[in-house]
Amino acid sequence: MNSIIENTEHAFLNISQIDMVFPTPTGGFTALKEVDLQINKGEFISLIGHSGCGKSTVLNIVAGLHQATTGGVLLKNKEVNEPGPERAVVFQNHSLLPWLTSYQNVELAVKQVFNKTMSKAEMKDWIEHNLKLVHMDHAMHKRPDEISGGMKQRVGIARALAMQPEVLLMDEPFGALDALTRAHMQDSLMEIQNELNNTVIMITHDVDEAVLLSDRIVMMTNGPEATIGEILDVNLARPRNRLALAKDVEYNRLRSEVLTFLYEKQRKVENISEKKTVAKVTPKQRINN
Amino acid sequence: MSTTAVKLDNATLTDRALKGWKNIVNKFSDALLLPLTGIAIFLFLWTISAASIHTSLGEFPGPSAVGEQFSSLYDEYITENEKAEAFYQRQEVRNAKKLAKNPDAVVKIRAYTGKETFLDQIFTSLITVTSGFLVAAIIAIPLGIWMGLSKRLNSAFNPIVQVFKPVSPLAWLPLVTMVVSALYVSDDPMVSKSFLTSMITVSLCSLWPMVINTSIGVSTIDSDLLNVSKVLRLPTSTHIKKIVLPASIPMIFTGMRLSFGVAWMVLIAAEMLAQNPGLGKFVWDEFQNGSSNSLARIMAAVIVIGFIGFLLDRLMLQIQRKVSWDKSNLSV
Repeated sequence: MNSIIENTEHAFLNISQIDMVFPTPTGGFTALKEVDLQINKGEFISLIGHSGCGKSTVLNIVAGLHQATTGGVLLKNKEVNEPGPERAVVFQNHSLLPWLTSYQNVELAVKQVFNKTMSKAEMKDWIEHNLKLVHMDHAMHKRPDEISGGMKQRVGIARALAMQPEVLLMDEPFGALDALTRAHMQDSLMEIQNELNNTVIMITHDVDEAVLLSDRIVMMTNGPEATIGEILDVNLARPRNRLALAKDVEYNRLRSEVLTFLYEKQRKVENISEKKTVAKVTPKQRINN
Repeated sequence: MSTTAVKLDNATLTDRALKGWKNIVNKFSDALLLPLTGIAIFLFLWTISAASIHTSLGEFPGPSAVGEQFSSLYDEYITENEKAEAFYQRQEVRNAKKLAKNPDAVVKIRAYTGKETFLDQIFTSLITVTSGFLVAAIIAIPLGIWMGLSKRLNSAFNPIVQVFKPVSPLAWLPLVTMVVSALYVSDDPMVSKSFLTSMITVSLCSLWPMVINTSIGVSTIDSDLLNVSKVLRLPTSTHIKKIVLPASIPMIFTGMRLSFGVAWMVLIAAEMLAQNPGLGKFVWDEFQNGSSNSLARIMAAVIVIGFIGFLLDRLMLQIQRKVSWDKSNLSV
């Protein structure tokens, strides 16, 4: 714990004491309270928590799409206050421009980021290289409505990678995919990560995904006033193999720790149903009882 | 055993052939037979009811009377064309003679000023509606994009748009006429005043659907796509060109088709009331003329107006198909 605090000043990405208050007609709604996290270069971080706990808000603040009410984000000791390509985002539903081909979607990003430093031929090579990296070079000139959901997400990742971001932000990148495609995409992502060693923050609902991919898992408490509950270090050797890990003792321990946090310490679903049953008991019924 | 199998096979084959035939017949009847039946029923009802309506100008015209007028309108066009040709020929001969007598003579070439035929009127109407519509589009689409991008601008302009949208062309017309005759003063006018009056009236009425649809299209762009643009830090011009315009093209075209329909309807009314050349004037002239053929000729004009409106809409649809990336909602 001490070493982390000492490193606060020098962290690559420093999410510092963030509060987020959304204005509502009945006064402010505090979504996030004192979220504080330091991330090193090349680290893969997963944000996990129940829906509505403000994971996406944290990600959007780092992306610069939202402004924190108090506190802030420092990237290489510079404050983040607007979106930019050095913090590329992979959105949950790919958000490719439907009127452009895969190639043109990546091209739009590359042209914007490298228009001064790359020649046309270099840009073409770079676009093709990134599409090859996500294994989409065979469908480069197809439009989003002509390719599958997994393929769209691959192109979305290629677009983000092509910006050569300092931090790659992924908002439930595989949430909308079926289980098999998702596993395939996770393997692809590990392969890419092995090669590029990006700094990544990924939001996920999937416990296995979090343990398999991350260096650290950041578990968030339920909102309102959500904050970081626990941080779990994942010290599994890389490259990781999902089949080998299935029987691994450490893997299963980490997995059960996350599950314990989500379903014992931060039980959400049960809480709601308990409240509902309480609410249903009307005074009359109580008298009858 | 084997014979029964063959029999069964035969049975399934004929069954399949029958199904295939049924399919073809169904398609044929859907595409051709049903519309033709609809038209036949309409013509039948028209004939029966027309015979029982007696107006001061005689019996209400049935389909056959209108058909006759179609051919007579075409004949008039041909004769008028021949007259014009003869006129120009005479003029040429006269001028040639003049030049032969005296090579320095100043030769005047006069345009033929005959009666405008039905086909000329159609042509005039098409030119007027197209130019009025284009003027409206040039104003409405940028304004709509601008309003869609900025909530404040939208709040500022929306009340004006909502108030002017339902105004009938007949209300605008006197104002436009007076303004045009006050401001458009020129010894050698490029276009006639009457053309300008109808064109501006058309523009004023077809502006609003385009403004509203464009601004809605722009303001409802998927926020994810806008976030992509923000993350890439696209400059405003690129943002509009690469994200906003393509994303709102389907809505812009919906507005344009609505507007073109409005423009065509407005034009006929405007021409009728303002005595501007065009199909509306043709209808009005025939009404004033009050001959025994008048009603049939007006009915012919009504059918032509309908057909042209339909074709214009089809034309817009074809353009939309060419331009738009979203092919899902373009069936009709």
